[in-house]
Amino acid sequence: MVTVIAETSGNSLHPVTAQLVGAAGGDATVLCAGGVGAAEAAALSGVAKVVSVEGDCFSSFDGGAWASALGSLTEGRVLAASTANGREIASRMAAAKGVAVVQDVTNISGNTVTRPIYSGKAMETITVSDDTILTLRPNTFPAADGGGSAAVNTVNQSADVATSVKEAIAKASERLDVSDADVIISGGRGMGSIENFSHLESIADQLGAAVGASRAVVDEWGMSHSMQVGQTGKTVNPSLYIAVGISGAIQHLAGMRSSKYIVAINKDADAPIFGVADYGIVATWEEALPALAEALSNL
Amino acid sequence: MADIAVLLKQVPDTNAKILVSGGRVDEGAVNKWSMSPYDEYALEAALAQGGSITAITCGPDRAKKMLTDAAAVGATELMHIVVDDLTTLDSNQISTILAAAVEKTGASVVFCGKQAADSNAGSTGPGVAEKMGAGCVTMVSELSGDSSGFLALRPSASGMERVSISAPCVIAFDKMGTELRRPNVKGIMMAKKKSIETMSVADLGVDIGSASVTLDGQTPPAEKPAGQKFEGAESVPTVVSKLRDEAKVI
Repeated sequence: MVTVIAETSGNSLHPVTAQLVGAAGGDATVLCAGGVGAAEAAALSGVAKVVSVEGDCFSSFDGGAWASALGSLTEGRVLAASTANGREIASRMAAAKGVAVVQDVTNISGNTVTRPIYSGKAMETITVSDDTILTLRPNTFPAADGGGSAAVNTVNQSADVATSVKEAIAKASERLDVSDADVIISGGRGMGSIENFSHLESIADQLGAAVGASRAVVDEWGMSHSMQVGQTGKTVNPSLYIAVGISGAIQHLAGMRSSKYIVAINKDADAPIFGVADYGIVATWEEALPALAEALSNL
Repeated sequence: MADIAVLLKQVPDTNAKILVSGGRVDEGAVNKWSMSPYDEYALEAALAQGGSITAITCGPDRAKKMLTDAAAVGATELMHIVVDDLTTLDSNQISTILAAAVEKTGASVVFCGKQAADSNAGSTGPGVAEKMGAGCVTMVSELSGDSSGFLALRPSASGMERVSISAPCVIAFDKMGTELRRPNVKGIMMAKKKSIETMSVADLGVDIGSASVTLDGQTPPAEKPAGQKFEGAESVPTVVSKLRDEAKVI
């Protein structure tokens, strides 16, 4: 018996939820906060039951309230997503139950789990107990297929809410966030100036990619921290990561080395970024990016 | 003005190479220990609030240096709960210890980093909030107001949002736009004389039971097989075809 805390995105399930169900290995109970995504969850194979958990406390995110409202409904091992909200719910639920939480798990084998530490500069293996709450890193576990037809039960819960939303600020651009993107193109100091990021943006538009940045660009040129990939920014694991003009400082590598495929474009043949690249191109961005734009449009 | 407790963790500097030896990260090979970067923003936010600020850490003896660094920029009280090896404790035990330490200070507002740069977990802020019976906001990149009503900027599904929260509460900080203050000579001199309230977990008078998870070992990350390297922009079409045909990612 495994309980999955569904992760949602807007009014539907976040793709990681199917991965949590996949990792559960069958007989999963899925808890849907505020009822969001309940019908979608019921259609995943390996789901035994969906609980649509409704209540006023779900109108906006409050980790304490959500953990309290969901925590009394769990049975067996609890799995949540290693996202900002998933981690907060899991942390509070574990502390309330007096059990441990292990975050950002990338492999499960019985009661032995593996997780990256130091942003991927090392891994650790931990023996957990049956009641340890686990959060799983998105895009690491195979997703459950469709074809399920689990029953959906509705439960009403109430919980004390400590926060209230006073102002919502829409995203400045429609561009994908690096945490959600399957393809990322990132620029570093080698791009010369923040204005030159427009060249990365046009490639990103061709690929449906997010644009990322190194710490140097964020700290020195004032690029938004939300774009920073690395140990003090975001840890990402897209299918494809293209690093342009990024030398590959250890703290940047820490944030992106688990990407499935890495392309590095750098004019310095000795740049450390080539050490983690599957495909390295020794060239200036001024020459390589137009060639990349053309090659992509010819696909 | 409410008293604030700031939870700090000493970690290997983020530029430090992490070596593994005998199944454990080799702490002896770490050339520089620093305050975990997000904790620096928590401390900065507390200093901006002013008043009594207790810097609390849980860790081995070396962590005292970080508390002195916190005093040098303005932390008014320093508290060290000595635990020689934090990897022997689980998240529930650490939350219990830190919540007890906070209670001892009398603070109703707790600031901390969103996660530590070594464990990357983010379990502590919300965990301590739960033990305190307090509200919590994480990933905060801007804070205004005071303990009677903080306004905290955090990411939301559709962008960002400002949420209100009041004491008792825990606020876990992300990197912020504000500059971190640096210590001046006077601050450094005064910090050297500042006493650190040092205690054991037993001194806190809480029962933390035994750890429910066990660290089996730490290993270096799997080595990636060597990649393919090409010279010049004329190789770009080749790489693009490989991305489509070999890697199948575009």
